[in-house]
Amino acid sequence: MKEQIVDARGLSCPQPVILTINEIKKVGKGELTILVDTDTAKENVSRAAKAQGWEVKDIQPEGNTYRLTIIKY
Amino acid sequence: MKNYLGGKWGIVVVGAVIGVLASLLQFLGNPGNMGICVACFERDIAGALGLHRAGVVQYMRPEIIGFVLGSFIAANVFKEFKARMGSAPIVRFVLGIFAMIGALIFLGCPWRALLRLAGGDWNAILGLLGLAAGIWIGTRFLQSGYSLGRNYKTYAAAGWLMPLTMVGFLAIMLLDPQTAGVDKSKLLFYSIEGPGSMHAPLFIALGVGLLVGFLAQRTRFCTMGAIRDMILFKDPHLFSGVAALLVAAFVANLALGQFHPGFEGQPVAHTVHIWNFAGMALAGLAFVLAGGCPGRQLFLSGEGDGDSAIFVWGMITGAAFAHNFGLASSPAGVTPYGMVAVIIGFAVCLFIGFTMREKIS
Repeated sequence: MKEQIVDARGLSCPQPVILTINEIKKVGKGELTILVDTDTAKENVSRAAKAQGWEVKDIQPEGNTYRLTIIKY
Repeated sequence: MKNYLGGKWGIVVVGAVIGVLASLLQFLGNPGNMGICVACFERDIAGALGLHRAGVVQYMRPEIIGFVLGSFIAANVFKEFKARMGSAPIVRFVLGIFAMIGALIFLGCPWRALLRLAGGDWNAILGLLGLAAGIWIGTRFLQSGYSLGRNYKTYAAAGWLMPLTMVGFLAIMLLDPQTAGVDKSKLLFYSIEGPGSMHAPLFIALGVGLLVGFLAQRTRFCTMGAIRDMILFKDPHLFSGVAALLVAAFVANLALGQFHPGFEGQPVAHTVHIWNFAGMALAGLAFVLAGGCPGRQLFLSGEGDGDSAIFVWGMITGAAFAHNFGLASSPAGVTPYGMVAVIIGFAVCLFIGFTMREKIS
């Protein structure tokens, strides 16, 4: 399966959350990767994913970016 | 590093602390129901710099300087300082102008709307309803793909410019202080009557500003985001901070004898309901389109966001327009020019909202 990536880097509040929720609604379940570049977006996307019943599996800092992996079985 | 203040209770505690500090600033000399008002204080700074010559609203407010520098300190301590910019700066500048014009029709930003309510000024209810209406309009644009595009990493020094500007303002204030009863020092204008002449002692105001800036950077406190996230996601996180601010300021006002309920005779306020509503609706819409309330924009500018710094300068410019062109309201009411300006502001914000949408696939 192709890795699903939402690139929300550099976007103002609350666009990272809107993009994440839109993708969550589209795929229903599975694994998603979200790229963000601020701590605020990282916290907001994590909170939104949990509110949607998804689990934040991993948060990996990569240079200027955080790579969030969220999952729902 | 774990963000201890980023959680559910962190933002409630910080909201309450801000509410009490705002009430205390009023007790120590700031104008009525204006312990903290980001729009009013930026307007006073525009006056202090001589960008407008409304003699009653000229003072280099140390709270604003503290907001930016407190956030700058927090962002550096917690390694969150990131210099970034380039997301439609001219659009943000224009949004800042009309956000300020809307706020000066109501006579306050969302921060002051809450503090006015906490002081018993029922006109604030109209302002807050207008704010929510404007934010609701903005969320429609967000949901249909409105975006000002991405910002990009830039030189750290570029992110330092706004905090350094604030250091410069503070230095001017300290090196070229006000002479009591004189309306101008060598460089800065000072009100000797009216709201601009009323202020808490400089170092207390600066200290409170630094503390609020530090705490707000950690918690991402945002008065517009509070309502926006409730409408968009039913997420009460930011709202709980704003509610705590309101309750804490109300209790502190009761304790300090600063609660005076009513519509009439409220400090730096008018009772023209429709324009209290419309002014804040315009401001709310502009804040959503720019991604943060005026306080949040200051905190973001402190952590390196150059686009937020542009928005702040848009607001300061908007204050100059508002007073030079007779748009700003006064306790006597709204001006005809102010009404026209609100209509133009809505037209401009709707133009921005409708035309700057990326198709979300």
